[in-house]
Amino acid sequence: MNDLKSTLRQCVIVFGCLAVAELFVSLTGIRFPSALIGMLLLTLLLKLGWVKLDWVQGIADFLLGHLGLFFVPPGVALMLHFELIRAEWLPIAVATIVSTVAVLAFTGWAYQLARRCK
Amino acid sequence: MSALSNALSGNPAIPISLTIGAFWAAQALQQQLKLVLLNPILVATAAIILLLQLAGIPYESYHEGAQYLEFLLKPAIVALGVPLYLQLEQIKKQAVLILISQLAACVIGVVSAVLIARWLGASNAVAISLAPKSATTPIAIEVTRLMGGIPALSAIIVILTGIFGAVCGLTVLRWLAVKSPIARGLALGAAAHAVGTSHAMQMNRKLGAYSSLGLIVNGTLTGLLTPYLLHWLG
Repeated sequence: MNDLKSTLRQCVIVFGCLAVAELFVSLTGIRFPSALIGMLLLTLLLKLGWVKLDWVQGIADFLLGHLGLFFVPPGVALMLHFELIRAEWLPIAVATIVSTVAVLAFTGWAYQLARRCK
Repeated sequence: MSALSNALSGNPAIPISLTIGAFWAAQALQQQLKLVLLNPILVATAAIILLLQLAGIPYESYHEGAQYLEFLLKPAIVALGVPLYLQLEQIKKQAVLILISQLAACVIGVVSAVLIARWLGASNAVAISLAPKSATTPIAIEVTRLMGGIPALSAIIVILTGIFGAVCGLTVLRWLAVKSPIARGLALGAAAHAVGTSHAMQMNRKLGAYSSLGLIVNGTLTGLLTPYLLHWLG
């Protein structure tokens, strides 16, 4: 019985953070993903101690452990864009590969350089 | 519309169980063969697309049920607040260094992807969809949706970026003389998000911890700054 109650509380906290964030986005008209605001809100509530870690740990482990599954439906929508990919596969492939190498390089170098200067 | 497609659009349980089943099977396949390239997201997505194409079922019929699974991406991003909270102390200790490296990652990642794509003649929608490619998928999808790109294209590009980063990332970092394990972890997480992080976790725990830090901080910065960077790029 207690387990069931705690599961409900976990859902209320996570969905509640999302709901508050969505309300905030629609009221202010800010152009920012509501889920990220919800994430920062949950971090803040944990930091302030208003939400205890074990109140959300279970549902967080579940959602993050199955993250890959939730990516499949948006991925399947790719079948609507086969034409586009056939037409623009070269810029997509080159930009992805070169830009990923650039991110690896500049992140690593920036950290090492900044640490040397400090 | 075929009878099959009618049945699918009336019953969300069919696409939901199809998606969960395909993902479960793909995950089992990867555990058996231990190949990074056989990413379960990639395999399950390809299998479902193939099945829908062969059966002549339009995407809309599938999506009517599958959207309930897709919705869970949002609470899953909210749940990232838990690992973020758990690493707050670590972040505070090296706040300036981490912020500098992740700002570099975010700006270089977005600007280089958009400029290269445009230079090679990509359309505006494709360039926008490439912009958040180093952020974790839920963030990238949200940013792309917001900016008028193609969320499905972003989802696939993000997954391919992750697989490329996980397979080649450490070799590239070695070539580029990035020796500090902290810098390597931060770079892997920033460039290859969750896929790179799970690869780093398999290497060693320290690399994994800093990789997840890179994933969270760069993901957040990319979510925050991409709209402004795109505006600035015109």
